[in-house]
Amino acid sequence: MVAGRGKRQSIFRSVDWLTIIIYIALLGLGWMSVCGASYDFEQGTNLIDFSSRTGMQIVWIATSLLLALFILGIDERYFDTFSYVLYIAFMALLFATPFLAHNIKGSMSWIKIGSFSIQPAEFAKFATALCVAKYMGSHDFNINKWWHFLLACILILLPMVLIILQRETGSALVYTAFFLMFYREGMPGSILFAGISAVIYFVVGVRFEQDPLWGLKAVSLGKFCVLLIILLFTVGMMRTYTTLLTPILRILGYGLGLTLSVLLFAKYVIPFDITWVQLAICIATIGYLFYLAVKQRMVRYAYIALFALGSLTLYYSVDYVMDHVMQPHQQTRIRVLLGMEDDPRGAGYNVIQAKIAIGSGGLRGKGFLNGTQTKLKYVPEQDTDFIFCTVGEEEGFLGCTIVLLLFLALILRLIHLAVRQPYASGRIYGYCVLSIFLFHVFINVGMVLGLTPVIGIPLPFFSYGGSSLWGFTMLLFIFLRMDAGRNRFVHNR
Amino acid sequence: MENNRQYDNRRYVLGGAAVLIIIVYLIRLFTLQLMSDDFKRNADSNAFLKRIQFPARGVISDRNGKLLVYNQPAYDIMIVMSEIAGIDTLDLCESLGITRDWFDRRMVEIKDRYRNPGYSSYTQQIFMSQLSAEEFSSFQEKLFRFPGFYIIKHSIRQYATSNGAHILGDVGEVGPADIEADDYYRSGDYIGKLGVERSYEKQLRGEKGVEILLRDARGRIKGKYQDGKFDRAPIPGKNLTLSIDAELQALGERLMKNKLGSIVAIEPSTGEVLCMVSSPTYDPRIMVGRQRGKNNQILSADPYKPLLNRAIMGQYPPGSTFKTSQALTFLQEGIITPETSYSCSHGFHFGRLTVGCHGHPSPLPLIPAIGTSCNGYFCWGLYHMFGNRKKYPNVQTAMNTWRNYMVSMGFGYPLGIDLPGEKRGMIPNAEYYDKYLHGSWNGLTVISISIGQGEVNLTPLQIANLGATIANRGYYITPHVVKGVQGEKLDTTYTTKHYTMVSPENYEIVVSGMRRAVEGGTCHSANNPWYEVCGKTGTAQNRGHDHSVFMGFAPKDKPQIAVAVYVENGGWGATYGVPIGALIMEKYINGTLSPESEAKAEAFENRTISYGSGQR
Repeated sequence: MVAGRGKRQSIFRSVDWLTIIIYIALLGLGWMSVCGASYDFEQGTNLIDFSSRTGMQIVWIATSLLLALFILGIDERYFDTFSYVLYIAFMALLFATPFLAHNIKGSMSWIKIGSFSIQPAEFAKFATALCVAKYMGSHDFNINKWWHFLLACILILLPMVLIILQRETGSALVYTAFFLMFYREGMPGSILFAGISAVIYFVVGVRFEQDPLWGLKAVSLGKFCVLLIILLFTVGMMRTYTTLLTPILRILGYGLGLTLSVLLFAKYVIPFDITWVQLAICIATIGYLFYLAVKQRMVRYAYIALFALGSLTLYYSVDYVMDHVMQPHQQTRIRVLLGMEDDPRGAGYNVIQAKIAIGSGGLRGKGFLNGTQTKLKYVPEQDTDFIFCTVGEEEGFLGCTIVLLLFLALILRLIHLAVRQPYASGRIYGYCVLSIFLFHVFINVGMVLGLTPVIGIPLPFFSYGGSSLWGFTMLLFIFLRMDAGRNRFVHNR
Repeated sequence: MENNRQYDNRRYVLGGAAVLIIIVYLIRLFTLQLMSDDFKRNADSNAFLKRIQFPARGVISDRNGKLLVYNQPAYDIMIVMSEIAGIDTLDLCESLGITRDWFDRRMVEIKDRYRNPGYSSYTQQIFMSQLSAEEFSSFQEKLFRFPGFYIIKHSIRQYATSNGAHILGDVGEVGPADIEADDYYRSGDYIGKLGVERSYEKQLRGEKGVEILLRDARGRIKGKYQDGKFDRAPIPGKNLTLSIDAELQALGERLMKNKLGSIVAIEPSTGEVLCMVSSPTYDPRIMVGRQRGKNNQILSADPYKPLLNRAIMGQYPPGSTFKTSQALTFLQEGIITPETSYSCSHGFHFGRLTVGCHGHPSPLPLIPAIGTSCNGYFCWGLYHMFGNRKKYPNVQTAMNTWRNYMVSMGFGYPLGIDLPGEKRGMIPNAEYYDKYLHGSWNGLTVISISIGQGEVNLTPLQIANLGATIANRGYYITPHVVKGVQGEKLDTTYTTKHYTMVSPENYEIVVSGMRRAVEGGTCHSANNPWYEVCGKTGTAQNRGHDHSVFMGFAPKDKPQIAVAVYVENGGWGATYGVPIGALIMEKYINGTLSPESEAKAEAFENRTISYGSGQR
């Protein structure tokens, strides 16, 4: 913009071309996948018909590239200057969206402009990341001061709440990725661990609650696993934060030994609900930990005991709230989120179809546009959220490996770039970007493979749609632009 | 916070988490994509609809090229539930000739996933099957008014005449056992059930073709897979030419009306079966389409067993027709010469044993003995054969030698005709009598086998084949009803000559005896001015009234036809057997019946033998 000719050259010399190459490779593979997924038999193989999705995706890719060029042309200082303004503007837009939106399958997140629809939630990510980076990058910010941390959390929670109001729970959950960045910036690891633990208790507990353990009808697989995980996590924390080995071995030995023996007893002698024994073991462990805290005069034991107690309380209250407090439709919504209920065709239909599509690909896949499952629309949402199926079916294991390794390379490269940022705000923004990509890849590919709950979020650069493609492009290229200017910042000081 | 570098190492936690996630996902992909074929198979059954293309079944014609069985279009009415909207149900029922009640019940049946596991509201389901062109025509005119209704055209068998049901057979839906035995068949396919439809199933059915279509998640067809590269066109079935003469068959069925029994006629030089009548018979046209199940049940329940092909499944005592085979055996074994005479005073008497005979001059040499069908002569012959200790060390050896002669003439085992269900008849051997008579037996004990009674049983086909063997002076070709299969050479089974153990000279003697029977013996009513008939009557005793049997051939030299007639409870051989056999020979050799013969045929057509209930 204001930069002169010479300076523009220097930007193109200092920009990270490796990331751009990965970006373009992913865009290309993504376009091929959309071609396969949105192939229409009536229209045949005309891939650049602009009334079709394949043709439209070319438009989105082209405009994204223009957008990327445009961003690289902006002076990176503008991002710093306008970050709060951008944040406020986008929050206002998010707030207004439900009032302007037209209903698409129950979601109120799309605004119609002319013949196109855009989803502001996709753009709010980079605005939030910029704002949080600026706030946390300021000199007097200290994450260990609780009100600083609280304010940073509020900056993230605000868009989450606004997006949930648009009934886009999946997109809102993406914002939890920011906690990865918090962790990097010094948030105590135990908070992250506690948060992840809570998610695990919830997902495992609810997802497998109805399944019997090892053929024992009286024992809930979910409950058994959660109680076992609580015990193991507690032991793990003792190992990390305390030095005495004997108590650890004692809890591990007695706890696991007893669990195993009652399990065998229940299996082969008298079946009964062994989770009561597990609960007793956990409570005994908590008591033992408090005893250790007093005896050893180490408050850490007490914290660990509180963690275990909190875990038990959380799990049992989730159980209670699910069964007794929530309305049936709310329960259904959570089950759908966990992939326990899907569409009218019964539980797990699209996950099963996704597995069939991917599994039928074999080593080399069926070839470009030769996938039968995806072409014949067996997988719902196959060109958006379930796009990875097309990769699996048409490009096979080799194609999937290439795509996943490209994403891994992108994330690792972004870590490398983040580390070399001279300023905290640049580094924080970089971690925001890579955390968001990591979360999307983790959840999206995981749900297609049947490993994570079905949360409808797109696979970056692959899923069909202009909003997400533009959103990810802006997210990435703003960081690349910051990175390209890193040396100038240092020199100018 | 620029100096916030103390947490720099946490980047390895994040990077490590990313690496770990990707590794876990790659392992998962490895197991999904490379460890198991299940998903691939699952995907194929999802997406590929293999639509079978049915070949036209081969048609069947008689030896003169007259078309007997052919294909006729039939119509299945299909329904797609999701597409029917606002149809006039009353109009529909009226044009299909069904009641509103039936319609409602059928709709419920189709939607019932227990009874119709393949149900989908987006795909075609059978609503009514196998409508004939007449039943269908009024519906077709209105088809445009009934959205969601479709027509599938296929073919069903049609028969030109009501004759030959047992030879032609029929087709019906395959059963679980058929599918088990041959994976060519799928549920709902058709297979030959009886007759040549069954024995020539592989030639008649042709080869199914397949069209590989792509089907989307809602069951809609989206086109051909790879533009039909893997499709296979159906190969039509081969046409059959029967050795049966349709007119002769029709005459035979006329003559056997209201009688139980069988007529088999064979062309001796080729073994081709010219007609094969089993009475009672049924009209094959009722075994087609939607009525087949019901009619099949009615026929199965009939006490006279119309579904039984008596010509190859009925096992009867051959009576005196069997004496020809005895004469041949005794001559060949040197027990008798043509000049040997045995006395017969109203039968064979030995101690307390008596086998009766009718009055005739005594003693008689062989040729007149055949001509008058003397029981005594053949009893003595067997007695001398089984008692000949110079030739045979014991009675068992004599018995088994005798048996070997019988087997060489085609008795005791199925002949191997190309029709399903042929029975073997019964020729006893020494072991049989050792077992059932506990070893204490001799020629006298089993004397009745010499006159075709006792343990001996033959099928009418075997009797006719005996006639053909004598006509050929010593050999037969396995009888068969199919003369030719389109594009195939006839199986060598049906061209090979089987020689008996008896030499042609001895056959000439027996031929003379059979000629004598026609000229001045039991078969004189078969005599005619046009050609020389040879014949032998039989009057087979059984618990009820005697069976009337005739076996003969004509002309004596260069025989064209050998025939066996078996009329259950018809009395003397001369009563039914001889005249019916004579009419069959006349029709075949002369091509038509003389006016007198025609009158006779009409008389026989109208003659009824009444059978008490509970018989056969």
